[in-house]
Amino acid sequence: MKIRLLDIAHGRSGDKGDAANVGIIAYDDKGYQIIKNHLTEERVKRHFEGICLGKVERFELPNLRALNFMLHNTLGGGGTISLKHDAQGKTLAAALLRMELEIEE
Amino acid sequence: MKEKIRIASGQGFWGDLIDAPYHQVTKGDVDYLVMDYLAEVTMSILQKQKNKNPELGYAKDIPPLMERILPVCKEKNIKVITNGGGVNPEGCANAILEIAERLNLNVKVAVVLGDNIKDQIDEIISSGCELNNMETGESINLVKDKLLSANVYFGAFPIVKALQNGADIVITGRTTDTGLTLAPMIYEFGWKDNDYDLLSAGTVAGHILECGGQASGGNLLADWESVENLAEIGFPIAEAYPNGEVIITKHENLGGKVSFETVAEQLLYEIGDPKNYITPDCVADFTSIQLEDLGNNRVRVFNVKGFKETDSYKVSCSYQYGFSAIGNLTYSWPQAVTKAKAADKILRKRLENLNLTFDEIRTEIVGYDSCHGPLSKKINEDDVNEVVLRIAVRSRDYNSVERFGKEIAPLILTGPPSVTGFAGGRPRPSDVVAYWPALIPKNLVKPQVKIMEA
Repeated sequence: MKIRLLDIAHGRSGDKGDAANVGIIAYDDKGYQIIKNHLTEERVKRHFEGICLGKVERFELPNLRALNFMLHNTLGGGGTISLKHDAQGKTLAAALLRMELEIEE
Repeated sequence: MKEKIRIASGQGFWGDLIDAPYHQVTKGDVDYLVMDYLAEVTMSILQKQKNKNPELGYAKDIPPLMERILPVCKEKNIKVITNGGGVNPEGCANAILEIAERLNLNVKVAVVLGDNIKDQIDEIISSGCELNNMETGESINLVKDKLLSANVYFGAFPIVKALQNGADIVITGRTTDTGLTLAPMIYEFGWKDNDYDLLSAGTVAGHILECGGQASGGNLLADWESVENLAEIGFPIAEAYPNGEVIITKHENLGGKVSFETVAEQLLYEIGDPKNYITPDCVADFTSIQLEDLGNNRVRVFNVKGFKETDSYKVSCSYQYGFSAIGNLTYSWPQAVTKAKAADKILRKRLENLNLTFDEIRTEIVGYDSCHGPLSKKINEDDVNEVVLRIAVRSRDYNSVERFGKEIAPLILTGPPSVTGFAGGRPRPSDVVAYWPALIPKNLVKPQVKIMEA
């Protein structure tokens, strides 16, 4: 079965220097198992191809049913150096929620 | 000891809702009002203002705000804590004392000093602290001559000292956002500097409050349309207890929402490794935090664990990097995207012919793919009504950036058709002030607290 990440999770993103942090929070425990299993560092790096130019680091927060991703080398230099329209990566949580997942029913 | 205290967030950044702090002190009961004004680049802006006028260098919104809230705060015994003192906390305190005198109110203002190390950089380097860039490892010598500001991030304890000295208002320079909220808990509940779990609990509360309305329904991705009355949003309030438990809430008669989702999203905001949330006061473990949504806009935050603080303070320096400018033009249907791309190509050719030097020229098409780039949905161009062509340049060379600004408007008469939206004149070069993060051993700097009275 194909599902949209948007339907099982929410989140927030922001900047840490030239890295963006993308926090993704599942709406329930089942959703957390899905994001924990599917949103690997490799998968997220592939998703952000052309946007995230560095490595992706993943951290787990099971207490909040959440994952935090650090997307390195992503914000065009970061801070005031960046010429990007979204220089602080504010819309990148929504960009990750575009992902579609193939899950077992 | 008080059984609980209510700490209200009044500002999430300099430029936030001007009336929010006023509503926090008038629409319900609170004991403290905390306001964060300082982003990383704010200090350099304030330093420039102080260079022009030695009486300035603090958040100029503060005096008119104080004029409005001081009588209420005095009457209700609400203490105010803010880092809006910027590079001139004493100047800010003097402005507040003048107002207090005019309003015939007796207030005790404390300032926290010692964070500004700009004039001691050489001394610090010669004592063996290299102030290397903590992200790139580069030597500060690369930018030392271009430094605009250099400030150490202090934590909660200097503010605690100010409160112990009877301050009604505490004005600091560079203090962590979280320290502003943690300080009153330490002061009121007598927490010790090695109560790491308690300090971490207060730090977590500070993280939830530090972006104002972003914890009470603003910028919420989870069912954002369910948030009522954002127009009159109530900023978050931390109801803190001596055992470290905190209930995040808001005034009932204001809009917005406090729920598991609003608090969880803010907890995830701008964090790195959640097990190591480092502040000058402690290292908080965000994977220990438990949230319980109690309903009625109340969320209980408990079970927070943490560890001993590190031996260093973070230093935030800013330096003059160069210049940038942004030009915008709007292209309409038909072929809006193709026209925007053609205009970009023409402009780049002209810039090339002029032999200008740029670090970077970035083109984005707003309304098409500027936010999500290659992840954006592919749209048939005939379905696109209009787009904004956004071209931004950055250079070390002022003249190149200035000349770029003169090349935008001519595209209207000498480029693709159905173009508009060029108002406000030529884009002017703005200063690019870059940020240089470093670490400094704690024993090299000493926070000072000074009481100022009318």
